[in-house]
Amino acid sequence: MGTITLKTRDGSVHEIEAREGVPIMELIRDAGIDELAAMCGGCLSCATCHVYIDHLPEGAELPGLGRDEDDLLDGSDWRRPESRLSCQIPFSSSLSRIALTIAPED
Amino acid sequence: MERFDCVIVGAGHGGAQAAQALRQNGFEGSVAMIGDETELPYDRPSLSKDYLAGKKPFERLRLRPEAFWAERGIALRLGRRVVSVDPAARALGCDDGSTIEYRHLIWATGGVPRRLTCAGHDHPAVQYLRSRADSDRMIAALPGIRRVVIVGGGYIGLEAAAVLRELGKAVTLVEAQERVLARVAAEPVSRFCEAEHRAQGVQVLLGTGVEEIAGAEGGGCTVRLSDGRDCPADLVVVGIGILPEIGPLAEAGARARDGIEVDAFCRTSLPDVWCIGDCAILRDGPGIRIESVQNANDQAATVAKAICGRPEPYAATPWFWSNQYDLKLQTVGLNLGHDATVLRGDPAGRTFSLVYLREGVVIAADCINAAKDFVQARKLIEAGCHVPADLLKDPERPLRELLEVV
Repeated sequence: MGTITLKTRDGSVHEIEAREGVPIMELIRDAGIDELAAMCGGCLSCATCHVYIDHLPEGAELPGLGRDEDDLLDGSDWRRPESRLSCQIPFSSSLSRIALTIAPED
Repeated sequence: MERFDCVIVGAGHGGAQAAQALRQNGFEGSVAMIGDETELPYDRPSLSKDYLAGKKPFERLRLRPEAFWAERGIALRLGRRVVSVDPAARALGCDDGSTIEYRHLIWATGGVPRRLTCAGHDHPAVQYLRSRADSDRMIAALPGIRRVVIVGGGYIGLEAAAVLRELGKAVTLVEAQERVLARVAAEPVSRFCEAEHRAQGVQVLLGTGVEEIAGAEGGGCTVRLSDGRDCPADLVVVGIGILPEIGPLAEAGARARDGIEVDAFCRTSLPDVWCIGDCAILRDGPGIRIESVQNANDQAATVAKAICGRPEPYAATPWFWSNQYDLKLQTVGLNLGHDATVLRGDPAGRTFSLVYLREGVVIAADCINAAKDFVQARKLIEAGCHVPADLLKDPERPLRELLEVV
């Protein structure tokens, strides 16, 4: 268990309850945030769950950026160095208090 | 009798997205969504992939949490089927005898599996794959199943074949055309997929159809093929396409062919009646229905904007995906009417793309384990530019660079 701090496109900030092992895309979706289309359901076939990692808790590490994820993010006009696909980051307690922003819609 | 400012018929990807897009666009009227399944909206593509494979529980397939719909003021009327539409009275008749009135109607019912009609088509071993109930029925039967015959070499058939092979079943796939994916892809992609399935141990039988499903002693059945072959099976999975669920709307007078005809804003020929997703066909479009999550989602957004007074014509580039074994197939664009194809990369290396052109313009690409091409081909398609084939075929040259040279 833990929490995620999420900034949505309207600038509002949400504290989301997080569950171990669940991809962050699903945590955002299950919190009732409707801004993530997540059209492919998390199978790494699109880039509609794009987020920016604003802050990583001390000592925490994200899983590495995969080749497909890198390529899919390249299709976004809004890619930044801190871009990730949230379906590719399973939550773990070390990530508690990670801060994210939902990227603009492509 | 109930009355809503917007009634959405269908609680699949299109319906769910329409409901939420109405709210996102500031629609303040009452909204109801009617679905014939009893489930809250869920991710349908997973039914033939991770869910069937037991890799994802159903709870993770829900498109939105249960509380979401009430929080957004979206009334759910599930387990109910609309059987009639009265466009003059703006009223829907449901199979439970209830009537629901609408100001706007969004028809988002999708389709139902096309059924076998041969002798024995109603044998209990014959199953389809479209709803959670279908998938659950199959999953429940799997422990007692050794031999599976799959009828149809389209995406559903191939995805089911992959999952069932990975679960250790003996799988035979029967396709009436001379190649798999014949309706959606060109030959190199078909042959590649066929070879992958054969390498995984699937027996692929092409150019033959099902004559009869005969009962067999001791359970199971025999699938009798038109070439005279008999295939014993404990389970027959039929994936031969869908039929759009348009009956009540077509009977009400909405202009229809193989789907409900809509204009660029997804308006039907009936007043304040809209149609989206698998069951809609763009009047001035490619002439086919587009069966995909992307199309359902993007048309839902088109309708919501139009109803909220900010109409924007539907202009999304189609895209689609399929997962089979460790293969990721991604398609962008529509290859209808292509007059040339260019192969990028070597199928033997299991990473390649097939680019489709019409009069020298890139119109679509099938990308196998090649997400980079999938992403970059979209830009070429949207640019609508001429690209010389010799530049396209070099897999070392990123497609994005071709935007600059042409």
